[in-house]
Amino acid sequence: MPAVSKLVGRNAPRREGPEKLCGVAKYVDDYALRGCLFGATLRSTIARGRIRSVVLDPAFPWHEYVVATADDIPGANYVALIENDQPLLAKDRVRHLQEPILLVAHSVRAKAYAALAHVRVEYEAEAPLFDPEQSQAVFKTFHIARGDVEAALAGADVIVEGEYRLPHQEQAYIETNGAAAWFEKDGTLVTLGSLQCPHYVVKALKASFALPEEKVRVIQAVTGGGFGGKEEYPNVICAHAGLLARKAGRPVKIIYDRHEDMAATTKRHPAVIRFRSGATRDGRLVAQDVEILMDGGAYVTLSPVVLSRGTLHATGPYDCPDVRIRSRVVMTNTPPNGAFRGFGAPQTLFAAEMQMERLAHKLGLDPIALRRKNAVQAGSTLPVGQTLRESVGARQALEACVKRSGYARRARECTRWNRSPKRPSWRGIGLALVHHGAGFTGSGELYLGSRAAVTLTREGELRVLSGSTEFGQGTTTLFSQIVAETLGVPLELVTVETPDTARVPNSGPTVASRTCMMVGRLLREAALELRAALSAIGSPFPATPSALKAAARKLCGDAPAKRFEAVYRKPDWVSWDDKSYTGDAYEAYSYGAMAVELEIDKATFETGIRGVWIAADIGGVIHPLFAEGQVIGGATQGLGYALLESVLYEGGVMKNARFTDYTIPTALDTPRMDVAFVPSPYSLGPFGAKGVGELPMDFPAPAVAAAVRHATARFVDALPITPERIASALSKDAA
Amino acid sequence: MRTRFTVNGKARSFSGSGMKRLLDVLREDLELPGTKEGCGEGECGACTVLLDGQAVVSCLIPIAQVAGRRVATVESLGRPDRLGTLQEAFLAEGAAQCGICTPGMLMTAAAYLRRGGRADDGAIRRELAGNLCRCTGYQHIVSAVQKAARRGSAGRPRKRA
Amino acid sequence: MRGDAEAAGVLRPRTPAEAVRLFQKHKDALPIAGGTDLMVAWNAGGLAGRTFLDVSSLRAWSGIRQAKHALILGSLATHTELQRHPLVLRRFPLLAQACATVGGVQIQNRGTIGGNVANASPAGDTFPPLAVYAATVALVSAGGPRQVPLLEFFTGPKRTCLAPGELVESVRIPLPARPPQRAIFRKVGTRAAQAISKTVAAGLLWLKRDGTVEELRFALGSMAPTVRRLRSAEAFVQGRRLTPAVVREAVALVSDDVAPIDDVRSTAEYRLAVSRNLLLRFLSEPR
Repeated sequence: MPAVSKLVGRNAPRREGPEKLCGVAKYVDDYALRGCLFGATLRSTIARGRIRSVVLDPAFPWHEYVVATADDIPGANYVALIENDQPLLAKDRVRHLQEPILLVAHSVRAKAYAALAHVRVEYEAEAPLFDPEQSQAVFKTFHIARGDVEAALAGADVIVEGEYRLPHQEQAYIETNGAAAWFEKDGTLVTLGSLQCPHYVVKALKASFALPEEKVRVIQAVTGGGFGGKEEYPNVICAHAGLLARKAGRPVKIIYDRHEDMAATTKRHPAVIRFRSGATRDGRLVAQDVEILMDGGAYVTLSPVVLSRGTLHATGPYDCPDVRIRSRVVMTNTPPNGAFRGFGAPQTLFAAEMQMERLAHKLGLDPIALRRKNAVQAGSTLPVGQTLRESVGARQALEACVKRSGYARRARECTRWNRSPKRPSWRGIGLALVHHGAGFTGSGELYLGSRAAVTLTREGELRVLSGSTEFGQGTTTLFSQIVAETLGVPLELVTVETPDTARVPNSGPTVASRTCMMVGRLLREAALELRAALSAIGSPFPATPSALKAAARKLCGDAPAKRFEAVYRKPDWVSWDDKSYTGDAYEAYSYGAMAVELEIDKATFETGIRGVWIAADIGGVIHPLFAEGQVIGGATQGLGYALLESVLYEGGVMKNARFTDYTIPTALDTPRMDVAFVPSPYSLGPFGAKGVGELPMDFPAPAVAAAVRHATARFVDALPITPERIASALSKDAA
Repeated sequence: MRTRFTVNGKARSFSGSGMKRLLDVLREDLELPGTKEGCGEGECGACTVLLDGQAVVSCLIPIAQVAGRRVATVESLGRPDRLGTLQEAFLAEGAAQCGICTPGMLMTAAAYLRRGGRADDGAIRRELAGNLCRCTGYQHIVSAVQKAARRGSAGRPRKRA
Repeated sequence: MRGDAEAAGVLRPRTPAEAVRLFQKHKDALPIAGGTDLMVAWNAGGLAGRTFLDVSSLRAWSGIRQAKHALILGSLATHTELQRHPLVLRRFPLLAQACATVGGVQIQNRGTIGGNVANASPAGDTFPPLAVYAATVALVSAGGPRQVPLLEFFTGPKRTCLAPGELVESVRIPLPARPPQRAIFRKVGTRAAQAISKTVAAGLLWLKRDGTVEELRFALGSMAPTVRRLRSAEAFVQGRRLTPAVVREAVALVSDDVAPIDDVRSTAEYRLAVSRNLLLRFLSEPR
């Protein structure tokens, strides 16, 4: 039996916390690299057209600078991702405003930027396409069908229909994108970046620099927020830094300022969703017919996968026999969109939940009763053909949320409040119930073949080796807890290696709410192997540094270390067919419900949040405080999506690309939130855990919209629900 | 041009253009990279330091204006092996996730506590409204500042033994 | 991060007289006090190669003092100082309230009233209070001093009547003869804190003993190229009792004195509707 007390399920202090709290943790721009130059990027000023010429002003002191163009790319001029359609640097044509064309570097950062004004690009502009509804260039489509949705609609007692518009959203990590790169004497390209997926960058650099795996090394610096915005974009900025470094023969750092980061890098996909729902008179769902259109921007990037996840979540966590989902993502001449926490699901779940709200209203049913009638449980079969086997906590999350919020009482009080015309405000309460699959979709995890390892050195050092990155979610601490608890050692004896591709295996990207469930599971397996090996030599659960050292010497013998590596194995029951797109889409889903009570000022239409209650099923909770932090943080981003954040596109580019004009929630905008986790362990998750990262992004917008409907008797079907939108809705008739 | 000032209790100086930003002088010339740049607009607060005890955004201050004044940065609050009481409260409450907003957040909180700021949720949120965080949703940060206020922490550096 | 420090110059006068002299000599220098507006443009790379006239250490221009029938706000008085000063809190509370909404505490600690006024943003939160308090701006140059009423000082969005070589020395607000019966400051921003206003209102109402209006002063910011007093509505209610019909008419007159636009923050339609509602509430509710 382990002598060390339980670590999992307790709040261990953040492993890298002290360094972050003292300003000692090193983010990319904190590295002082000897002889480093600073890079700046020249970007296109038209949305579509041919590049006729790129001319450097002859009167400018270019000898002080290093300049790189597409001609300097030793390998392929594309950003390796799903398709290889996105140029690393534009050469003959551009497909969006802000597309990178040329790079400059100088030893003084301000002078690098100043040089950009001395490059003249001549274009032959062509008519750009900005409206996704007009675009014929389709990146990807999906068609999921079960039963006969038209017949079911025809036979339904009641039908509700809606059209929902979801905007771009900017990740707004407080640390902008940045990367440094240099070449070692042996020709190895090394890049240090603010990033989520070091092995994605390896793949991209191999292609663009025509280098073999051993000659590319990617190191994650301490990263100041990602949220998906640093999932694939680092492929671009790391390669740009590398191009300049190659030409300069010196290290180069490129750090975007806020305006460039907002205007040029990826955003959440905007979507238009048309939804018809049919139900019986007593509120049983009989038909759901969904059409989804997403705007991918100019290049494919991750659009097929965003669309996939959005499509698979589109009908919400409900039983419904006859379903059809038709989705497509198309090209427009705008900066490419990409990953942002939620990854398609916040868009489609907004529509799904608003449809439930419409149904409840039309049927005269309480919205909670409607959810109770239709929510999935163990044994439910999803439209894609997956039967939910275990850990289906949708109903528990719903009940916990309803209870903790005092939903019924508050709903009555809001209704009573609204009856009096003398009140200065309207009040409302709304609830949303959502699901979110953990891990890569379908055969994605198999395709990734993730690996993670635990090593014990002869000196007694326990190391966790994985390509998973820490950028605030608690990866480092979670991994430490899982491994330390499995081995019965104190937390401090476990060291998690910095994700450096020269030293860690490819554990897959740190995205898709997969890190704890998938990679944590691998580490638990690896640690169990080590534990078995220690038991075999008679030294189980070493609880002190000296005991661990003694055990290590015994285990390793003459070898410097012993390594235990686990590789992803598909569970036997998981079955997925890529061709028909049917089967088990995700090993497990997390579930969550959020209730929000709000107040709308009758004079200004401003919305104030009076209370937020969240209950979630995330499986086993490894670290309650960090899990709560993920929920509150994600829900705050969701409240921003719902109420405050507006990406304004004009002429194909973001017009309000700075914090002054793109307003994310401040401490004063964000309410206190009551968060609870319902017990619902997943048997294949490490200590029962599923995923939590993205779930909280899914419920705020529909919960807010439902509350607004209660307060104003109006449906607002587009985000953000600004005072202007509320004022406009109120000038029309009540729903 | 030579500008003289005090940083974290020590006399320092900078020789160079008076328009170099205090943020850059700290990070590049004085080797104090704890203060971060997040926006260059004075909106995010990541670059917050104390100037004569007041929270200010160092990305908007030319070094010429720092002449003869006292600057305090996050490096003055503690060290990883000797955290200050405010930092301990942050650690205990999970107030730092990715950590990039943390130095600025700590300095604004320190100024608040040193002014006698109370453990009041609303007052703390108002004070921290100029420090943007995208990870935490602020709740654990507010709890940490409340905890520090209740413990009588003035966010001052621990006295060296 | 785009400002090139090596290519910029800083002039640091030690006295107001030296400042005026230097500015006369270098008329295209940019006066800088708290820097909360100027340095944003600097960081974006827009002020390359300029010379800056740093007035921030001119002691004579800092501080708030009482003159015979007025309060003199030194141009270097910060938003923080203004919102804490007992005289401002007691006699000019709308100004104190406005100063507390100008950005976060970091901006309030540095931003000055002189810089605020010289920057002349159409959305300046302190301007409606200053407008209803009938503030004047004291200017100084090599040609001597002059006083300009605030509403004449602003000539357009981010434009003032400052002549080349002229600096803002102070803002003067006359002490009102008697306190108003009602006063309001209300900013409607893009979010709860640290936001540029969509509309920002300040109002003062004096009532006679018989309940008729002695004087109404109501000003709106972000509703026109410069801050505007609602002269039509103010003139209309004068001498009248504030019956629902009178209030309705006054509210309808709002559009005569403002010219709101659509921009990144809001729409003209919303701005006008909300501004009307704010005046409606102010004139209707007993305080």
